[in-house]
Amino acid sequence: MNQRVFALIVAFIVLVTLPYWMAGVYYVNVASQILFYAIFALGLNVLAGYGGLVSLGHAGLFGVTAYATGYMLQLGLGHPLAILIGLLVGLAAMAIYAALSLRSTGIGFIMITLALGEILWGLAYRWISLTGGDNGLSLKTRPEPFGFSLADTNTFYYATLIVFLLSFAAMTVFVRSPLGAALMGTRDQPRRMNALGYHVWAIRFYACLFSGLLTAVSAILFVYYTQFISPQTLALTSSAEVLLMVISGGAGTLLGPVVGAALVVVVKTVVSGFIERWNFLLGAIFVAIVILMPEGLVPGSARLWRLAWRKRTRHAASISGGAEVKS
Amino acid sequence: MTFWLVLTANSITFGGLLFLLSAGFSLIFGLMRIPNLTHGSLFMLGAYIGATFVIGMLGVKLNFWLAALLATLTVAMLGALVERLLLRRLPGDQMAQVLVTLGLSFMAADFCLMVWGGDPLSVSTPSSLAGFARFGVLVFPNYRLAIIAIAAVVAIGLWLLLERTRLGAMIRAGVDDPDMARVVGVRVSQLFTIVFALGAGLAAFAGIIGGPILSVYPGLDQDMLPLALVVVILGGTGSLLGSFVGSIIVGFIYNFGQALLPELAYFVLFLPMLLVLLLRPQGLFGRHVP
Repeated sequence: MNQRVFALIVAFIVLVTLPYWMAGVYYVNVASQILFYAIFALGLNVLAGYGGLVSLGHAGLFGVTAYATGYMLQLGLGHPLAILIGLLVGLAAMAIYAALSLRSTGIGFIMITLALGEILWGLAYRWISLTGGDNGLSLKTRPEPFGFSLADTNTFYYATLIVFLLSFAAMTVFVRSPLGAALMGTRDQPRRMNALGYHVWAIRFYACLFSGLLTAVSAILFVYYTQFISPQTLALTSSAEVLLMVISGGAGTLLGPVVGAALVVVVKTVVSGFIERWNFLLGAIFVAIVILMPEGLVPGSARLWRLAWRKRTRHAASISGGAEVKS
Repeated sequence: MTFWLVLTANSITFGGLLFLLSAGFSLIFGLMRIPNLTHGSLFMLGAYIGATFVIGMLGVKLNFWLAALLATLTVAMLGALVERLLLRRLPGDQMAQVLVTLGLSFMAADFCLMVWGGDPLSVSTPSSLAGFARFGVLVFPNYRLAIIAIAAVVAIGLWLLLERTRLGAMIRAGVDDPDMARVVGVRVSQLFTIVFALGAGLAAFAGIIGGPILSVYPGLDQDMLPLALVVVILGGTGSLLGSFVGSIIVGFIYNFGQALLPELAYFVLFLPMLLVLLLRPQGLFGRHVP
């Protein structure tokens, strides 16, 4: 446990001092991207990891908030109001999305969320009078909370970091809360949970709302980061990318999605510098991870570590002629 | 009046194409319990492979139907390979299987972009069907009529296969109760390969047959997959009649939506799906809730 606290403190210090030792503005921007995608992945992890509900339409929800914020700014609203409306619209969209998709679980849930995500994408793409179609929406400015202009790379990084830390803390609290425990219960034994008197549907619905909130928060950071939103953001590829972050890092773990987000963003940024074919690699990594390391990198490497550790201790035990080490 | 008639005829044509696409999708879903997310890619691959031979890109110019047959067989084999080599490795883990098909669909999309480039390919209609048919005031391309006929023939063929043959009986048994089917000696895993290849072949066939109407372009897979999904959610999984009726309904909604509410064409698709989800979650003709 102490080791863990120590690692977290080191990670915290690394994150806070990052702009000072990072090689350049470009890399600080990459770090910001990792952080807001990590929030997005945390949000999806609530459902895919802890709820056992794999959503393939989250990019659609992400896009709804981003578009809503962008559109409000275009109407001439101030930043705080636009952000608030973006969050509310995102939550409302999530509520509808959840009401429809929670009629089913497992594969049915995947199918419905996929269809809903595609519909949102279709709306963004076709409803040109509202969304600008393929031309997308541009944002002119970034907000200036308490007089700090977020137009500056480092300031934006710190704002993202603060939001990320808050989100991560909220996620930790959620997972350890009775609601989080109940959600994991509905994932593993929905019928028993029902028999115990839990309202399975309601638990899942609240989890969806929490997931929607994190998604909306990350979408607002995203839309201020790129200052641009187009239908591509809502495409199935984007949903799959986030899902890859969750699954590659380790679904149903706290740190997994963060590691996954870092992995995917870094691979994507580095790779797209060399080749155009990011999608092929994305697909290949996806297939490889699902087949070879289905539990994800964080639990997977933890397992390998434990395995190696156990082998060593067992080896030591056999040398010293001691009793069998129980696994 | 002509406008409505043409729209109706186009809707039926499109419905026919959708049926070819979604019949396999629905069967795979019914038997293996997974939505095969590569289905749009198989459609696109079929279209591209067929178009390659119709246009004669490799120096080999084939008759349209021969090219269609070649594309169908190639993609069917590819489907069998995917099932054997990848999905088979994840027995019983449906979630992982779905995710593998998703990953494969990205690889396929990028592969097509790499090989055939970003420009759309137009496939000319086979010369024997190039003309128009007249029905009073209505003038309608022969080729579109042929698609309707082909879809009807395939529908009847599939129905006969499922209802009148031993293989069909085994597939139906697998759809209804895979465990029991195994117990009575049906080799369900072999059926998986057969049905997957059949579904892949049908999707590819739909792709090349649809080529002259839709043309072949990157992103075709992403345009078709949601339609197949909606058809199956509407009609119910594993039911041939369901995919038939679902395809026709979606064909109508899609075409009328495009013509009347172009901005919301995608959104109107969602309404019948919503109604079915609310009132009849297993789909119009489905046997079980997915």
